[in-house]
Amino acid sequence: MTEPTIFELSSPGRQGVRFPVSDVPEVEVPAEFRRKDLPLPELAEIDVVRHFTRISQKNYAIDLGFYPLGSCTMKYNPKINEETSRLPGFAFTHPLQPEDTVQGNLYLMYTLQEWLKEIAGFAGVSLQPAAGAHGELTGVLIIQKYHADRGDTQRTRILIPDSAHGTNPASSAMSGFEVVHLPSDARGNVDLNALRELCDERLAGLMLTNPNTLGLFDENVTAVIEMVHSAGGLVYGDGANLNALLGIVRPGDLGFDIMHINLHKTFSTPHGGGGPGSGPVAVAPALVEYLPDPVVAIIEPGSEDLPPLYGYAHPAKSIGRVKAFNGHFGMLVRAYTYISMHGKEGLRNIAEKSVLNANYLLAKIKGVYHLPYDRRCMHEFVVEGMWPDAPGIRAFDIAKRLIDYNFHPPTNYFPLIVHEALMIEPTETESLETLDAFADAMLKIAVEARENPDLLHEAPHNAPVGRCDEVRAAKQLILRARKA
Amino acid sequence: MFTPHTPKDVEVMLKTIGIEKVEDLFTEIPEKYRFPELKLPLGLTEMEAAEELESIANANGSTKTLLNFIGAGAYDHYVPAVVDMLLRRGEFYTAYTPYQPEISQGTLQAIFEYQSLICELTGMDVANASHYDGATAAAEAVILAYHHFKGKRTKFLLSRAVNPQYREVVRTYMRGNQAVSILGDDPETGIDASMDKLIAQIDAETGLVMVQYPDFFGRVIDYKPLIEAAHNAGALVAVAVNPTALGILTPPGEIGADIVFGEGQPLGIPLSFGGPYLGIFAVTNDLLRKISGRLVGETVDNAGRLAYVLTLTAREQHIRREKASSNICTNQGLMALASTIYLSLLGKKGFEAVSNLCYQKAHYAAAQISAIQGYKQVFSETPFFHEFVIRSPQPAAHLLEDLRAYDILGGYDLSKDYPELDNCLLIAVTEKIAKEDIDLLHDALIEVTHD
Repeated sequence: MTEPTIFELSSPGRQGVRFPVSDVPEVEVPAEFRRKDLPLPELAEIDVVRHFTRISQKNYAIDLGFYPLGSCTMKYNPKINEETSRLPGFAFTHPLQPEDTVQGNLYLMYTLQEWLKEIAGFAGVSLQPAAGAHGELTGVLIIQKYHADRGDTQRTRILIPDSAHGTNPASSAMSGFEVVHLPSDARGNVDLNALRELCDERLAGLMLTNPNTLGLFDENVTAVIEMVHSAGGLVYGDGANLNALLGIVRPGDLGFDIMHINLHKTFSTPHGGGGPGSGPVAVAPALVEYLPDPVVAIIEPGSEDLPPLYGYAHPAKSIGRVKAFNGHFGMLVRAYTYISMHGKEGLRNIAEKSVLNANYLLAKIKGVYHLPYDRRCMHEFVVEGMWPDAPGIRAFDIAKRLIDYNFHPPTNYFPLIVHEALMIEPTETESLETLDAFADAMLKIAVEARENPDLLHEAPHNAPVGRCDEVRAAKQLILRARKA
Repeated sequence: MFTPHTPKDVEVMLKTIGIEKVEDLFTEIPEKYRFPELKLPLGLTEMEAAEELESIANANGSTKTLLNFIGAGAYDHYVPAVVDMLLRRGEFYTAYTPYQPEISQGTLQAIFEYQSLICELTGMDVANASHYDGATAAAEAVILAYHHFKGKRTKFLLSRAVNPQYREVVRTYMRGNQAVSILGDDPETGIDASMDKLIAQIDAETGLVMVQYPDFFGRVIDYKPLIEAAHNAGALVAVAVNPTALGILTPPGEIGADIVFGEGQPLGIPLSFGGPYLGIFAVTNDLLRKISGRLVGETVDNAGRLAYVLTLTAREQHIRREKASSNICTNQGLMALASTIYLSLLGKKGFEAVSNLCYQKAHYAAAQISAIQGYKQVFSETPFFHEFVIRSPQPAAHLLEDLRAYDILGGYDLSKDYPELDNCLLIAVTEKIAKEDIDLLHDALIEVTHD
């Protein structure tokens, strides 16, 4: 059922919350600045609660069911995170408070920096970036300044594999680099011959996602990194798929120079319907002084009786600030809580179970769905959503039909190098029963595709709305509510 | 805990995959680096973690335990209970980006309403689904202007009275673009409310002029002359706003701003030590197709029912890749939802009341403090909203430290960012501050000054 907008629900004279009357002598707002009309809606508290509760029920969410979105790591969001991040001692601290009044916050940030360094194998971490793409931008700006400071201004090119997420080329272009595409080989690895040809004095760096968006661990990763390093370039690791590597291998050990870490994927902070994320950036020793300003450091070491004094430190060659204040602190508290509950054994268990789940699911549907790169996968895999004997059926139709089975669709049409891609990432938090039910649905849909293709073409059948007219949305462009 | 696998499940799964043990899944990882010993503490139970986090939180002073007059870009407002109760619905916070509109109508409608509310508040035509925060929204404004003029206008003027952190982030974002110069915020151009020296720098090379309303010092300045000068030179004008002020002040959209952006944190989002916050971003219809970030539009489904979808996605990085003007991927979905609920709940009357309370109390505070011997309100001839500058007889840092003995966070020391404002303090007052609190600050200031 269509839910009216808050503007349509408005009735003049209603007010959802009252505030105390002023307890100070009244002064006039200068007439030339006084606003004439404030066209906000007017609703009672109950109207607001019911409106947002009703629309919330039109959403699918992790708390409702399985969310196998490839490269998004839609794992369960522990409820304790929501409690700890709202503790008054955190939630009511102002970002510009004097350092000695926020030793708890600074301790938490310092410790999280240390943990992320240890987990990913790097020498320095900035918690400032607000999201994965923001971390990428930070990383690419570090590459830019590193070369500029060395007088290497002819290094203008960033290499990006064809399987990469769209933010990689966009972040590079935004930082003034020329983007050069790097093909994959037949096994889904970086094409070493193509890379060799591009390793010249113009090379600034390579952005590599490993495991890549096909869910494959690059079998030549150390050779790839060595090749870039010997040409004087830096290697940026897109940490979108770090979940598969926790306690399994540290990207820093493999030779990566920079990596962003998505706290909203690997470290369980909720996706919030499209943000806020959090994308800390980790760097190798040579780049520590380039991190965004400031980082958290120990200003005075502790003693037997006193804890250390934590404070802000300013990296000497910093690229500058990438965001106001201290990053998405609320997300940092959630990630801290999550890591503290796992410890080293728990983290490895996450990676193991995520890879186990993915390989199990792959084994269940492989054969019915074509696997273009037939290798063991890491935490996710990509199959083709099409069959020669089911003409007209596309990945899109399969995705929409899954909604009828109460599953969120996988990522589709990405990566771009697979036709009709369906990219499936189950995460470690799903049970055998859930995986079996999903595999059953996928197999049933494969039968339906042949026997009753319209069932797929017209799906979903039981969602709050059916397929939406996106062309009309873009042509008629209604981007704000009509006023009642 | 968060992995439901029993040993029997694992056995079944390994058998189906056709391997003997879990370690066999990782044979492609170089052996030398496989299975490192991580130096991390042992995992805690939920009960232990809850206790530990509570003890860390308790090591902080907060606006619950200290009387806070710090603002400078983040403000301590009252957030009604409804906001967080609704945010905690799993349907909202555990959902992904609404790429599947059929099962994301909740998020999509909320963003559509958010866009609408921001348009009403700012007086602009179109708002996007939000940026990360006010500072990154400032950088996006410069990027928008750069692309709007196809790189032909390379001079970008930022008023020195724009939040220093915003200006710093703009510079970081633009550091890869050698052609661009960011100017206008030097001490020579200064912070005079007339804006004359900034206006004098507007020319045919200028892509954008950025000002703040109320500005970093809380001042409410008439930007009409500046906007006219910029438009005469063909340049765009971006105005950073504090949304709370727009409850009583004329919105920048009504005086000709091309871009209105700002920090949306005051709209129902906790201070939370600086984030997550909300980057508000709105433009005129002329710039609609230049706006980066997500946009939600209205349409119909295949049965003709009203529906919402992400629209104009062809501008974005996942389609245009390196040709996209911005790499932005996420928005601040849940924070935008918080502000939507907050504005809906307060509504026309409640929001005006908060805005007015801030105004009234700040003016009382400014009058009280500037009446103290040796204290003077700087810019006292210029109207202000809920933040003002006081010059004290001693360095602000010392003063603030002395006030701590009274459990007061007295404000923000301006001398760090503005050497010309030595001994100056930026004081913010919100609706949460009672008259007695202001009197307490007043009395404490007298005592510490007499020491």
